[in-house]
Amino acid sequence: MVDLIKRAKELIESSAVKVVIGYENGTGNRTRALFVEKTEDADKLIFDSRCIQNLAAYVTKREVKDKGKMAIAATLPVMRSIIQLASEFQVNDNNLLVLGITPESKLIEFENLVEVETFVHQYQIEIDARNKEMLDRLDNMTKAERWKFWIDELAPCFKCYACRAACPMCYCHRCTVDFNQPQWIPVPSHELGNLEWHIMRAIHLTGRCIDCDACYNACPLYIPINLLTKKMMLDAREHFGGYQPALKGEHLMSTYKPDDKENFIQ
Amino acid sequence: MNIDKRLVRKDSLEKLFDILKQNSKKIFAPSTKNGKISFRDAEKFSGIVTGYVQTSQSSKEVAFPRTEKIFDYSKSKDGMSVKGIDLKDIPEVILWGVRPCDATGIGELSSVFNWDYKDEIYNNRLSKITVFGFSCNNSDEYCFCTSVGGNPGNTEGSDILFTQTGENSDYLAEIITEKGLAIVSLAPDLFEITNNIEKNKFLAKVPVRFNHEEIKEKLDKFFESKEWIEQSLRCIGCGACAYVCPTCACFDIQDEAHGRKGSRVRCWDSCGFSHFTLHTSGHNPRDVQSQRWRQRIMHKFSYMPERLSVYGCTGCGRCSRACPVDMNILEHLISIQEVTV
Amino acid sequence: MMDNLYMPYLMRIERITYEAPGVKTFMLRFVNEADQAKFSYKAGQFGEYSVYGVGESTFCIASPPTRKGYIECTFRQTGKVTNALSGCEEGSIIGFRGPYGNIFPIDEWKGKNLLFIAGGIALPPMRCVIWNALDMRENFKDVTIIYGARTVKDLVYKDELKDWELRKDVKLITTVDPGGESPDWHGEIGFVPTVVEKIAPSSKDTIAIVCGPPVMIKYTFPVLAKLGFADENIYTTLENRMKCGFGKCGRCNVGRVYVCKDGPVFTLAQLKELPDEY
Repeated sequence: MVDLIKRAKELIESSAVKVVIGYENGTGNRTRALFVEKTEDADKLIFDSRCIQNLAAYVTKREVKDKGKMAIAATLPVMRSIIQLASEFQVNDNNLLVLGITPESKLIEFENLVEVETFVHQYQIEIDARNKEMLDRLDNMTKAERWKFWIDELAPCFKCYACRAACPMCYCHRCTVDFNQPQWIPVPSHELGNLEWHIMRAIHLTGRCIDCDACYNACPLYIPINLLTKKMMLDAREHFGGYQPALKGEHLMSTYKPDDKENFIQ
Repeated sequence: MNIDKRLVRKDSLEKLFDILKQNSKKIFAPSTKNGKISFRDAEKFSGIVTGYVQTSQSSKEVAFPRTEKIFDYSKSKDGMSVKGIDLKDIPEVILWGVRPCDATGIGELSSVFNWDYKDEIYNNRLSKITVFGFSCNNSDEYCFCTSVGGNPGNTEGSDILFTQTGENSDYLAEIITEKGLAIVSLAPDLFEITNNIEKNKFLAKVPVRFNHEEIKEKLDKFFESKEWIEQSLRCIGCGACAYVCPTCACFDIQDEAHGRKGSRVRCWDSCGFSHFTLHTSGHNPRDVQSQRWRQRIMHKFSYMPERLSVYGCTGCGRCSRACPVDMNILEHLISIQEVTV
Repeated sequence: MMDNLYMPYLMRIERITYEAPGVKTFMLRFVNEADQAKFSYKAGQFGEYSVYGVGESTFCIASPPTRKGYIECTFRQTGKVTNALSGCEEGSIIGFRGPYGNIFPIDEWKGKNLLFIAGGIALPPMRCVIWNALDMRENFKDVTIIYGARTVKDLVYKDELKDWELRKDVKLITTVDPGGESPDWHGEIGFVPTVVEKIAPSSKDTIAIVCGPPVMIKYTFPVLAKLGFADENIYTTLENRMKCGFGKCGRCNVGRVYVCKDGPVFTLAQLKELPDEY
């Protein structure tokens, strides 16, 4: 990523941004986030197919945000996350510059988030074949089978909240699971506590999740929790119309329309 | 102590498992689910995996469950009745396939639960566990047991330790404690007399990467270093490292009510969470992630050695393997050792 | 049957006193007399108070060990557990386990002057020591209490403040933050550190005990230093979040110290050795 390194150096040198968020080589053939604040660190920037962590999770992290204007090396899922975050007023053109990385691994710099949005909208969010097959399998189960599937899958969850921490959309300062007045969700890890936590999370992400799989990739126990958010995304699409994150987008699940076919809220 | 050494034929391992089962022993052994290896109640020998460098979760959960009932209560017109858990109900367990780094971790957990006040719930669970260790023939780049005083064939913490003497070969059995001897006595024929087997040549080679005493000294002067901020910038503040760690013992106490009845439980918690130290007033003594990351390292490499005379790290490398953002404890400790204060 | 460290004593709420908006004092008696018989504590120690089905909360024992047969606690209704406690009535059963932590070395203070400085809801941990000292008054020289709250309404232990005011052997100065006074207020108006500076108590042969919100403590220490108090003669209590109370759960760990075991009572000299994580 020679282009990216060059651009990062320019941005830091000219003080256009205070920090460039990108990837570097990590340990064990993994890659990880790099925060470039000095030009010499830019040489560590890399990009390849291993770079799957959703870096958008850092643009709302207090310790990163406090540095000043950020630039971010953003793959398609990261760009989608940023558009969604912008629509929720978490980032804007004043605090974030997007250095796009196209699906063909080309660097593309955007003047503003509107351009990012236009770019992102060229691509539909597609669910890959493996996950599609899993979702079909779940759809074809009886209720009892499905219940058993999830009870079994969620049983090992020890509530480390890596899924929440890795998710760009889980930026709430105080998550519902941390509220104790009232205690909506049991704190300990057990059948009920785990089930309620993951259902709550999936519901809060419906219409917001851009299907990046960061939650699944972060899970130290490989629990396929991304199937929950994927299914919710498909259902939301089916019942409330097509879904792409949009700067002035209607928030799919939290916008009331007078012509809503459901009338319970009236 | 002179450890009794025996030879166990490769084919005898399954027999041993079956005999232990026939003697109605509960066996927790590593098995695979979703590509992750963890200790689970093992019904059949065939379900047990071998050849793993490390299980993804440590074996600590058997001694210190993630969620554990302390007592039940029930309210009635006449008042309140409270009934503590019956420690007699805790089953005897054989923990099969424990790596030496996990076995030593049990000792470190014990030091937390036994300095000053003695935690009898923990001690009781521990007294019912027989640690059936398996030395490491393989290691990976995350392993660093030799840097914190351990080694791939360390007998410390195991009741009985098996070392495979080459690929597909027989096992050297070291019988370390009375509990280990109890296993042998259930199947004495399987434990053959042997000439001294040189164990070390079969063990994984784990290079020493740092000196933990030097690290401790460094940390004493390192508290205000900017290094903590730099290291922790990519940390996302989840609890994965703490929950897979064989020695992390921080916990929460929670009540769970069901109508007029309920229970109080003890459950895992992590110093990495922002709410761990948060006061009701809103004041948070460890307000940013760098303070919380520092606490993790200081607690394990400075405070525990000082207060409990043990290091809170066995070099198993699990936290680094589990970390979703590649916070590698070995790498960070080495850089602490290298930084000039 | 081995001891279960986490098992609370059953306590009956004998009397509830409304101290200030959201602040109550419970007088608690042991439901089982055997528990009472083996229970003892010293000034400065704390406990875990619990509402069954809701949880536990940490506060000091606010009554002095010189008064036998009961304990008292004073709390402000803020979190989950204190809200539930606040909903309890006289006669209700709650849980209590303790005592935990170290103590104010009151015996070492004999023959000296005592200066108590407290702010807001931090009078309770001090009240235990104050009464402990007053119940053995002949052992100490001058006893001075400086107590401040945001408003007149927020002052706790109003009846006891009257008692102390009337006693010839206690010098009581009460203050409220500017704007917090009522028309009939005859005490001081001003923040606690300012009032301490104005009163300027002598540091000679004097032990200062300071409890209050972090900001009050932060500004009071320098005033005391200016008055000549040595760090070793200034005491305070830390209020880190706790769960177990006996050095296991890890929450109150500050540097090498577990506040629940090595504290909650610290001298300023000891505090200066700790990292700023309290």
